[in-house]
Amino acid sequence: MSTATSTVRDQLAVRSWKVPIAFGFMAAFAAVVFAVFGPDGRATFRLSQDSDAWQLPDLVLPAKITGIIAALGCVVLAAMSYLQTRTVGRTSRAVTSSFTVLFVAGFLIWIIGGTKTQNITLVGLSTGAMLIVTPLVFGSLSGVLCERSGVVNIAIEGQLLAGAFTAALVGSITGNAFAGLLAAAVAGVLVGFMLAAFSIKYLVNQIIVGVVLNVLVAGLTGFLFEKIMKIKVGGATIYNQPPHLPNLPVPLLSEIPIIGPTFFRQSILGYLMLVLVAGIWFALFHTRWGLRIRAVGEHPQAADTMGINVNRTRFLNVLAGGAVAGVGGAYFTLVAVSSFSKDMTGGLGFIALAALIFGRWNPIGAFLAAMLFGVAGNLKSILQLAVTPVDGQFLAMLPYALTILAVAGLVGKSRAPAASGVPYVKG
Amino acid sequence: MKSVPASDTNLRMVATLKLELKGITKSFGSLVANDRIDLVVEPGEIHCLLGENGAGKSTLMNVLYGLYEPTSGEILVDGQAVKFSGPGDAMAAGIGMVHQHFMLVPVFTVAENVALGRESTGLGGVLDLEQTRKKIREISAKFGFNVDPDAVIEELPVGVQQRVEIIKALVRDARILILDEPTAVLTPQETDELMDIMRQLTAGGTSIVFISHKLREVKAISDRITVIRRGKVVGTADPSASTTDLASMMVGRSVNLSLDKAPARPGEEVFRIRNLTVMSDDGTRLVDDVSFAVATGEILTVAGVQGNGQTELTEAVLGLHRHVRGSITLDGHELVGRSVRQVLDAGVGFVPEDRRIDGLVGAFSIAENLVLDLYGKKEFSRGSMMNRTAIAEHAARKIEEFDVRTPSAQAPADKLSGGNQQKVVLARELSRPLKLFIASQPTRGVDVGSIEFLHKRIVAERDQGTPVIIVSTELDEVLELADRIAVLFAGRLMGIVPGKSSRDLLGLMMAGLSADEARAQLSATTTLKGEPS
Repeated sequence: MSTATSTVRDQLAVRSWKVPIAFGFMAAFAAVVFAVFGPDGRATFRLSQDSDAWQLPDLVLPAKITGIIAALGCVVLAAMSYLQTRTVGRTSRAVTSSFTVLFVAGFLIWIIGGTKTQNITLVGLSTGAMLIVTPLVFGSLSGVLCERSGVVNIAIEGQLLAGAFTAALVGSITGNAFAGLLAAAVAGVLVGFMLAAFSIKYLVNQIIVGVVLNVLVAGLTGFLFEKIMKIKVGGATIYNQPPHLPNLPVPLLSEIPIIGPTFFRQSILGYLMLVLVAGIWFALFHTRWGLRIRAVGEHPQAADTMGINVNRTRFLNVLAGGAVAGVGGAYFTLVAVSSFSKDMTGGLGFIALAALIFGRWNPIGAFLAAMLFGVAGNLKSILQLAVTPVDGQFLAMLPYALTILAVAGLVGKSRAPAASGVPYVKG
Repeated sequence: MKSVPASDTNLRMVATLKLELKGITKSFGSLVANDRIDLVVEPGEIHCLLGENGAGKSTLMNVLYGLYEPTSGEILVDGQAVKFSGPGDAMAAGIGMVHQHFMLVPVFTVAENVALGRESTGLGGVLDLEQTRKKIREISAKFGFNVDPDAVIEELPVGVQQRVEIIKALVRDARILILDEPTAVLTPQETDELMDIMRQLTAGGTSIVFISHKLREVKAISDRITVIRRGKVVGTADPSASTTDLASMMVGRSVNLSLDKAPARPGEEVFRIRNLTVMSDDGTRLVDDVSFAVATGEILTVAGVQGNGQTELTEAVLGLHRHVRGSITLDGHELVGRSVRQVLDAGVGFVPEDRRIDGLVGAFSIAENLVLDLYGKKEFSRGSMMNRTAIAEHAARKIEEFDVRTPSAQAPADKLSGGNQQKVVLARELSRPLKLFIASQPTRGVDVGSIEFLHKRIVAERDQGTPVIIVSTELDEVLELADRIAVLFAGRLMGIVPGKSSRDLLGLMMAGLSADEARAQLSATTTLKGEPS
C-alpha cells in the first residue's frame, strides 16, 4: 500500500495581491475621508433606550481624533497585509477582520459626526436591521435545505413574495394572524412544488425554473393585489388589513442591553427563526436525516446505491424549503408592515441567496451573513440623516456591493455541495 | 503482502449463497445491452466476468444490484426467484457491489460513508456512529486493512478508498461481492494485495464476481470465467486457458496481442522539460520539480496511478495550466507562457485524456471535429466563411486513412463508439506536421480492435522521427509502447527506466520509491525467496 500521498504546498507561488491592493485603496480612502475631512465635534453612540431596565452610559468619541486613529490603523493593517502576502503568501484572518472592524467603525463615526445631532442609538440600528434580517434568514434557510440536497433554489424571492401576499390575504379574511402564517407556508410549499416538479421530475434547468417562478409570482401577486386587495368596502380595503403577530418579550433576557431589544422583543417569527437556525444546523450535521440529505447533495449515486431514494429526498427538501421561505414572507405583512404592497420583498430573496453562499451553505453561517447584510442595509436609515459629501442614496448601495463581493468569493472561497444544481438520472 | 493462515479465515462464518441469473435481457430503447444472459455463481467461488469495454458487463451487474430493472429474465438466490426494486433489496438479499467509480461521498468520513443508508441512531434520529466505528475497526483488523474510521475520504489514497467500499459491503453482510474493474486504479502491488483479500473472503464463504478485461489478472484469480461479447454470453473458460484463447473469445476473432515494433532509433533530444512545477490555485504542487527530455524517434511513456500529476504535466506543456514554473522547450523555443494556439502552431499534437470532454465537440459532425484546429487556415476557409467542400474532402480522406467506422462524415461525433471517437481525435492531431506528439490515455475505454490500430499509428508516428509522449495508467499499454518509461508519484518523477522493465519494478516506483530504491528492494526480496528454507 502506498503511504498517504504527500502534498507539498507552496502558498508563495500562487499568492494573490487582491487583498493588499483592496486594503490599500480602502486605507487611502480612510486617510482622506475619515482623518483629513473628518467632522469636528463628537460622535455619540447611545447604547440603551430610555425604557431599558439597565441603563448603560453613552459612548462619546471625539470624531476627528477617532477618525484619524481608525485611518492610521487601516494604513498599518494594509501594510501588514502587504508584508504577509510577500512573506507567507496570504493575509491572515486576524488582519482581515481587524481591518474590517476598524474601517466600519471609522465609517460610522464619520457618518454620525456628520449628522446634525451627532448621535445614534445602536439599538435602533440593530432592531431596525432585524426587519431585514428575519426574512433574509428564512430565505437563506430555505436555500440551505434545497441546495444541501442538490437543488438550486433561485425562487426564494418568489417564495417570500407568495408568503407575504398569502399571509396578508388570509390574515385579513380570517382575522387570524396564525391562519395567515399557515397559509403563507402553504403558498411557499406550492412554489416549492413547482420548482421540484419541473427540476426534479422533468429535469428542466433549475436556474431557469427558479427565475420563471419569480416572475410568475411577482406577476400573479401584483395582479391579485390590484384586483382583490384594492376592493374597498365602506371606504376601507378589507382584504389588505392583516392582523399583527404580537410582540412577545422574553422576561429578563429582553432587558440585556442591545442584545435584549434585538433578539428577545420579537414576535413569534423572530423566535422561530432562532430555533430554525439552531435546529436545521443540528439536524444537518448530527442526525440521520442530515447525513442522508448531505449525501444526496454531494454524491447522489452513492446515496442511491445505499438504498436512499435520491429524488424523493430532494423533492421533500424543496417542499420544506418552500414552507420555510413562505413563513419568512409572512414576516413582511404580519410583523414588519401591516399591509401587502406590490413587489414588497424588493430583491431580498436574492440577497438571501448571497447570504447562503457567504455563510458557506451552513445555517449558522447564513444567519451571521444575514446579520451583516441586515446591518449594512439598515445603514440606509441613518445615511439619510447624514450631511456627507457623498449622496446618501449612493451609500445606500453598500449592502448590494457587499453582496457582489460575497458572491465573487473575495471574502473566502466557499464550496457548494458537489451535486447542487445537477439533476439525478439513474444509470 | 501477507498470506493468511487458514484458521484466520474461518472467523467469518456466513451462510453461503448460490446465485443464478436466467435469461437476463436488458435493453435501452433499441439497444440490447444484455441478451438472454445465463450465469451461475457457486458459493465461495471467484467467478470472473470477462469482456471488452461496452460488452455489457457493468449493465448486467447493475441489474443484479437492483440499479436497473431487467427487461426480462429472472434472478435466483439459493433457488428462490427474487425481484429487486432497488439496491436496498439486493443488499438485503446479501449482494454487495464495489463500483468502478467509487460510491463514496468525498467530504464524509469513512464511518459516515459506511453508516449511510443503515445508520444507528439515538433519540430523535441523532446519529450514533460508535457502533459503525467499532465494526470498521473489527473488519479492518481481520483483513489487515488499516483503515481509520474518522479519516475523510477525499484525503485517502484510492487503494484505501477501495477497502472502504469493501468494508461497506461486508458491514451489510454481503455474501456475494461484485467487484467492477477493481484493479483499474491500483498499482501492481496493490492489485496483488486485493487478490489476497479476495482469497480471504472466499475462504470465509463469500462468493465474488470479478469483472475485468485484463486477461492476466483474470487468469491469476478466477475459479471460473464467463466471457461476454456484445451483450451475450459466448462461453465459459477455465483459468488455465491460454491468454490468446481468452482474448479471441472476448474479441470474437484471433487477435495479435503483441505489437510489432522495431527498436527505437532515438536522435537528438529536441523536447526538454526542466524543473517543471505545476501548482493548483491553493498552492498544492501537482507536478513537483520534474525534468526530462525526449528525443526524436522515441516513445517515452509516463506511468503512474491516476491522479499523480500526469494530467497536469500534459496540460502544462499545452499551456492549459495557470501556475507553471520551470521551462519547457521544443527545438530550443520556450513553450511556458505561450498560448495554446502558439503551442499547437509550434508543432505539438495533443490527445487529451477524456475525448468526450476535451477531445471532441460531441454535437459537431465528424468532419467539423476533424478541423477543430485548422478551420481558420486558408485551405479550409474562404474569408470568414468555412469552406465546406474542402472540409468534407478532408474528412473523407481521414475517415478512410484512420478506418473510422461511421455511416457518414456528417454524423455527430458523440454517436460513434469510443474506439472510433479516439480515431477521429488521433486523425485530427496527426494531420498537422508535428514536432512533438503527446497522447493521454490513448486507448481508455476502447475496443481491442481499435487499440491495435491506434498503437500502430502511434508507433508509425515515432518511426517518422517525431518524439512521442504517451501517458497511461494501464501498465500493459505502458510496456507495450515504451522505449523508455518515466514514473510519476505525487507529482514527482521517480525515475526513468528502460522500456523493458519489470512490472514489479514499475509497481514499486508507482508506489513512491525511486528507481534505485525499487531495484534495491527487489533484489532483497529475490535473495530472500531464493534462500532454501
